[in-house]
Amino acid sequence: MGFLRKNITWVTTPALIILFIAVWHFYVVWFEVSKFILPTPGSVLDGLVELFETPSTYKHTWITVYETISGFAIASVIGIGLGAVLGKVRWLEKALNPFIIATQVVPKVALIPLFILWFGFGPESKIIISAVIAFFPILTNTVLGVKSVDFGHKDIMISLNASKWQTFFLLEFPSALPAILTGLEVGIVLAIIGAVVGEYLGGSEGLGYLAVAALSAYKVNMLFAVIILLTLVGFVLYAAIAGVRRFIIPWHESVLIERQQAVG
Amino acid sequence: MDSGHQIQLSGVEMQFATPDGVVVALESTDLSVGVGEFVVLLGPSGCGKTTMLRIIGGLLKPSAGQVHVGDRNLWNGDKRDDVAVQELGIVFQEASLFPWMSIEDNIGLPLRLRGVRKGERRREAHELCELVGISGFEKRLPRELSGGMRQRAAIARALSYEPEILLMDEPFGSLDAMTRDQMNLELQRIWMTLGCTIVFVTHSIPEAVFLADRILLLSPRPGRIDTELEVIFERPRNMGMLEEPEFQAIVKRLRARLEEM
Repeated sequence: MGFLRKNITWVTTPALIILFIAVWHFYVVWFEVSKFILPTPGSVLDGLVELFETPSTYKHTWITVYETISGFAIASVIGIGLGAVLGKVRWLEKALNPFIIATQVVPKVALIPLFILWFGFGPESKIIISAVIAFFPILTNTVLGVKSVDFGHKDIMISLNASKWQTFFLLEFPSALPAILTGLEVGIVLAIIGAVVGEYLGGSEGLGYLAVAALSAYKVNMLFAVIILLTLVGFVLYAAIAGVRRFIIPWHESVLIERQQAVG
Repeated sequence: MDSGHQIQLSGVEMQFATPDGVVVALESTDLSVGVGEFVVLLGPSGCGKTTMLRIIGGLLKPSAGQVHVGDRNLWNGDKRDDVAVQELGIVFQEASLFPWMSIEDNIGLPLRLRGVRKGERRREAHELCELVGISGFEKRLPRELSGGMRQRAAIARALSYEPEILLMDEPFGSLDAMTRDQMNLELQRIWMTLGCTIVFVTHSIPEAVFLADRILLLSPRPGRIDTELEVIFERPRNMGMLEEPEFQAIVKRLRARLEEM
């Protein structure tokens, strides 16, 4: 019983997935839903097999991953760098804040056609789109992290006559890491969205393009298969970022709570 | 400067601007602390004892007056004197160890800021761990230690660069009574071993009487020194002293004075 309670998700998760697929299947069969609206799970599985058997799938997947990671990397470097500066330099943050908020309020998806116009139909425009969308949460979380350093810790550095750089590298940056990682976790998900939406709207490469192509060909089961593949890619990228947490900040509550639960 | 004095405050005043007007946290105060002396600042909350300690520690610049540490003026205009600050080690109510650093890295932090190499820092941290009684915990993270042990590590950190003065702001205030008694004994031992000067802030009367060579009783609104009292019990003192009539008489006298405030 104790074993079952501890590992309950090993039972419930597969059970819920099976239930979901069964409901889906019988819904389509009993209500004779058109395959152009909702294909059966079996047909989606066929689509997945076909997708994985097509060599170009891997090229498209790689392109989406490449765009996402490049965009995310640009957003991270600029977001963390600028965030650290704004967190430290109060007047600069005040001066730039209206512009940062303005860029945030503009629906960035509406800017995508513009980016395509400027940077072409290739991966460059998608990298930029994904960087622009992922940038903001990384920036704001970094600013928040750098600003919310414990007063007691600051007193220590002041009483020890630490220089500004010492205070930044030994106190403010490490203390901001949990917040920065949270920003990165949100950022990677947004970076994927940016890349895929970019591919929807222009170009002939990537998983977003594959989805649109499947739709145009009325291969709805293939569309579903692409969506599943995209979900997998997204999951792997997110898990990679979320997984770094325990290596970078093993001392932080967010990591320790997880570990304690894993044991007890 | 009189060389027998380690800390000297002359005409030190502290005012804070608040939305309700100017609040006088500390009235014009003169104070001398001798070399190797253990001085306790005792008083209720709001009496300015923490303010006074932060002024001595260079964390607050007084609105008026002069602070001397050793023979150096702590403030030259708006600039703190680096050499004077080196003579000060501060321990706060919270241990304020950096949670991402091991205990030895925390203890060695002040040395790291001074450019001491890692091997040397390790050796120092190890010796200090022995001094404060947390040997074997060098590699642990702060959160793996109890509150009392964290505070010991904080003391070790403050001692790492061998300051002549240790300033302590209710360092055992958040510990349970038993741990607190033990820490008081330990602090007395450390102080007797090193022969440093200590200024210690507390609102616990027995703690003050147990530790102090001299107690300064502060009264609130505005903060000022109300009573000065020499405590001349022999050292090392032990917890049994708390039961003795002389000890209790001093406690009683201080309590009566505090109640009049």
